[in-house]
Amino acid sequence: MSDDFPISVAGLNHSFGIGEARKQAIFDVSFTIKRGSLTVLMGPSGSGKTTVLTLMGCLRDVQDGSVRLLGHELKGAAPAVSEDLRRRLGFIFQAHNLHGSLTALQNVLMGLQVHSYGDPQQNYRAAQHALTLLGLGDRLDYLPANLSGGQKQRVAVARALVGNPEVIFADEPTAALDRESGMTVVAMLKKLGAMRGTTTVMVTHDNRILEMADRIITLEDGRIVADR
Amino acid sequence: MTRLLQWLFGRLPIGWLQLSHNRTRFAAALAGVAFANVLVFVQLGIMNSMAVATLKPYGFFQADVMISASDANSMTEGANVARQWLFQALADPDVTGGAGIFVGNVSWARGEKTLGLTTFGVDPTLPAFLSEAMARKAATLQLQNSGILDMYSRGLPRDEAAAIRPQSPISFEVSGKTLTLYDTFAGGGGFGGDGYMMVSDQTFLTLFPARKSAAPDHILLHLRAGADPDVVAARLRDLISDKSLRIRSYEQAGQDDLSYQQTRRPTGIIFGFGVIIGILVGIVIVYQVLSTDVADHLSEYATFKAMGYRQRFFLGIVFEEALILAVLGFVPGLVVATGLLAGMKAATTLPLAMTPAMAGMVFFGTLVACSVSGAIATRRLANADPADLF
Repeated sequence: MSDDFPISVAGLNHSFGIGEARKQAIFDVSFTIKRGSLTVLMGPSGSGKTTVLTLMGCLRDVQDGSVRLLGHELKGAAPAVSEDLRRRLGFIFQAHNLHGSLTALQNVLMGLQVHSYGDPQQNYRAAQHALTLLGLGDRLDYLPANLSGGQKQRVAVARALVGNPEVIFADEPTAALDRESGMTVVAMLKKLGAMRGTTTVMVTHDNRILEMADRIITLEDGRIVADR
Repeated sequence: MTRLLQWLFGRLPIGWLQLSHNRTRFAAALAGVAFANVLVFVQLGIMNSMAVATLKPYGFFQADVMISASDANSMTEGANVARQWLFQALADPDVTGGAGIFVGNVSWARGEKTLGLTTFGVDPTLPAFLSEAMARKAATLQLQNSGILDMYSRGLPRDEAAAIRPQSPISFEVSGKTLTLYDTFAGGGGFGGDGYMMVSDQTFLTLFPARKSAAPDHILLHLRAGADPDVVAARLRDLISDKSLRIRSYEQAGQDDLSYQQTRRPTGIIFGFGVIIGILVGIVIVYQVLSTDVADHLSEYATFKAMGYRQRFFLGIVFEEALILAVLGFVPGLVVATGLLAGMKAATTLPLAMTPAMAGMVFFGTLVACSVSGAIATRRLANADPADLF
């Protein structure tokens, strides 16, 4: 089951705040996501899509309901289990979140070192290859401050993909990219799904991507209102 | 440097890359660590020099046991001791000889400056109680109103000291007497005087008419070869009826003096506090640098957390930075402090010097202090929440 459906969400509820300030953001959300698919979470701002994304990505504790990721129940999971699972994931953030003191190549290397320190030369070649695929072969030694917004985002994509993650969580990954670069990234994610079975869950408002998505889940006010 | 550290750590040296990325802050941090090092070095140097200066006069003599008055906390302090205890001590089968030494302060007015000389009166016919270097010159002291002078006395020009020889002595007035200096020896200014002078006991009594030959300041004893000074000292404490006397091995007397100077005299305590303050300054500076650095990189750390990096990875970064600051800050601190101590030595004639032991101790202390700062700074890592990234 977990091989075919790496993500399974059932009866998920989530609230923020405590006491009288407590506000429920997610209401009884349930779905499963098929291996190798590209799933888009849509919805207006505040609909809860990012919250669902962070819960699936082991970045928040599950309060109520069930989230199974790669065969592991996340509700009540020990921090070490969450850390181990996160090593099998790739994250692409809306803000690139590159380390300002590291070059493009070094930032991508960080995506490899998390698995094991491994053979430095092999890691170096893999990071260089990932950047070259994203059109940054001539920017390896550039610091983020010397890269454009689109280039930074491509470095962040390379960092997320270089470790061959089983699931990729992406939050508006193409927001900072021009059309061609955006399509290149999404096409790459689709290709990874087809070739390696990499599953992608993406929050986006980009209509260009919707056309390439295998599935679109729409959230409003913390509830699923459409799933197609 | 990056490649060296990468080879050492087996991973990207994130700490080094972060520190070196902001060069102005890095330089300021290194200057801060170096400054703290200089503070500690100078205070330690002065404390060391106090130890050397305290033990210096003990090196002028050779003895196994010393008898002093109850209030004699140092070689130059305390009441007199009745000579009769010397004779009583000689009754012990392990005591082979004894001599009394006198201690007083002589002022040598040299124009506008006055040298304060700690002066020892010794029996020149008993050179066995003097150090080898001093014993070679003891015969000179047999001349009435003669003395030998510490060539490193503070305020005494080196060339003038070098000119003092038996064939070219110099004289000066003390208490209405003319004292002639025939030779020199190696001493050095201390915290209690500008230098030392050695005269015969008879000359001493003419310089200090109120003193009596039957009441020296200390009594030195020689023991039979193989006798344990501590055992004999204990036996003498039982033997001698004046229980207020301090009867100790000569070595113990020096250590007691040192302990007294470092822990009970204001100067020792002040310099000890100086060392502590230097260490605290260093800890605060490094903590400030590291905690600011952690705060500046919280979003990057949160990203790494999201990627699955464990807490020990972040601790490694902070400690890496702490060690880099410790090592790179230590080097300029060592260089500056060595120069400062040399300059202070030239100005004061105090035995101030950078020693390998001191450098090693401060380096180790710097590593510990920086690690402590790093450990405190890591508390800020808890604020790096990967959920905030989305």
